[in-house]
Amino acid sequence: MNGTGRYAIESGSMSVFYGSFCAVRDVDMRVPTNKITAIIGPSGCGKSTVLRCFNRMNDLITNVRIEGEVLFQGQNIYDDSVDPVEVRRRIGMVFQKANPFPKTIYENVAWGTRINGFRGDMDEMVEKALRSAALWDEVKDKLQQSALGLSGGQQQRLCIARAIAVEPEIILMDEPASALDPIATLRIEDLMKELSEKYTIIVVTHNMQQAARISDFTAFFSVDENRTGNLIEFDETEKIFTNPSQKSTEDYITGRFG
Amino acid sequence: MGQLLRTSFARELETLQTDTLMLGSMVIQALKESVDALRRRDMDVARHLIKEDEIINRKRFEIEADCLRLIATQQPMAGDLRLIAAVLEISTELERIGDYAKGIGRIILLIGTEVLIKPLVDIPKMCDIATEMLQQSLDAFLHQDLEAARTIPLRDDEVDDLYNRVHRDLIEMILEDTSLIDRCNYLLWAAHNLERAADRVSNICERIIFTVTGEFFEFDMN
Repeated sequence: MNGTGRYAIESGSMSVFYGSFCAVRDVDMRVPTNKITAIIGPSGCGKSTVLRCFNRMNDLITNVRIEGEVLFQGQNIYDDSVDPVEVRRRIGMVFQKANPFPKTIYENVAWGTRINGFRGDMDEMVEKALRSAALWDEVKDKLQQSALGLSGGQQQRLCIARAIAVEPEIILMDEPASALDPIATLRIEDLMKELSEKYTIIVVTHNMQQAARISDFTAFFSVDENRTGNLIEFDETEKIFTNPSQKSTEDYITGRFG
Repeated sequence: MGQLLRTSFARELETLQTDTLMLGSMVIQALKESVDALRRRDMDVARHLIKEDEIINRKRFEIEADCLRLIATQQPMAGDLRLIAAVLEISTELERIGDYAKGIGRIILLIGTEVLIKPLVDIPKMCDIATEMLQQSLDAFLHQDLEAARTIPLRDDEVDDLYNRVHRDLIEMILEDTSLIDRCNYLLWAAHNLERAADRVSNICERIIFTVTGEFFEFDMN
């Protein structure tokens, strides 16, 4: 388990190519353990690409090549000896659009642990995950109903429950609240704060106020003239939003350039 | 990166700066008038100063309201946020300096038209230096001039020296003739107000340094 290391994940000179196109170049980023790290930057700067590299989600895209290394507990997750499925269990992901399985609420949570060979009390595990995702009180009386009947915000929290059911160490979130109304968004944000006590969270967001509200650290990415993404600045969120070191960070977060 | 965005917000920030400068000008004017009126024992101007302070206070509230509105509606960040935070502080400092001018107005009414206990030499000098420092600090604020913000407060020593001299002279007069206590005290209060005005210029400079660098900085005034 993590929690002992200062950094949950570290990338070293990580570059991502789609064919000959370099989408992101030379990212050196150390993500502190049990903190929320936000990744912000203009469209096309490679935020989601970087996020997907952290649990080998890019493997699923053809013609992608990753250089450099991504260390998780001291091991490069791109080593040949590493099983990407195991990586994705320990480093979970929540997507922009809630994507529950067309099954019952219960099954959505139980499914991941079942295929991972979970042998304990399944009811207890499902309740624990739903409670952790701040959804239990709303669904406890309809666990056998279809997950597709839940509201958008509830579906997203169900996806978070599904992600934490398999007890990952890191949760990656790609615009987890961008499709939700403001109230549902605040619930997700509160939930992220609570979850960060147990998990390391890395969140990609277009919403700078959201990054400022919820994250402990912020990574600002920008895009150069070749449309290649670069990590411009990584620092404590408070520093980034009150006194960033780089002019381009300042220009972006003050909304002077887009 | 693309084109320049948020031009209307940028314009609003400029207006905020201009309003702060305007408040500063009003305060400088009031301080100069107060010492001038003290020299002439001009009761009309003294009463006018007391009344005019309301306008200064109102202007400061307007600036504060604008700051809060921009924070609430524009979610300012980084340099913009620091600028607005600085304007909140600077406008408060200016309003307080305005109070010192009003205070001198009140002192004038207390002294009345009788001849001053001593010729006014050092007090007008204090006023000249304090208002000059204030004007320079407003220029530094407009131009975000870090170097000027760091050096302007050094002149506070000159004001302090003058104050100490006024203080010593007046105390000596009191020791020689205790019936002069009240009249000496009035001048001492006026001098003290000017000494404090210069101190507040240093606070303004600290805020300019904060706006430019993001660092909380305090001048050692001892």
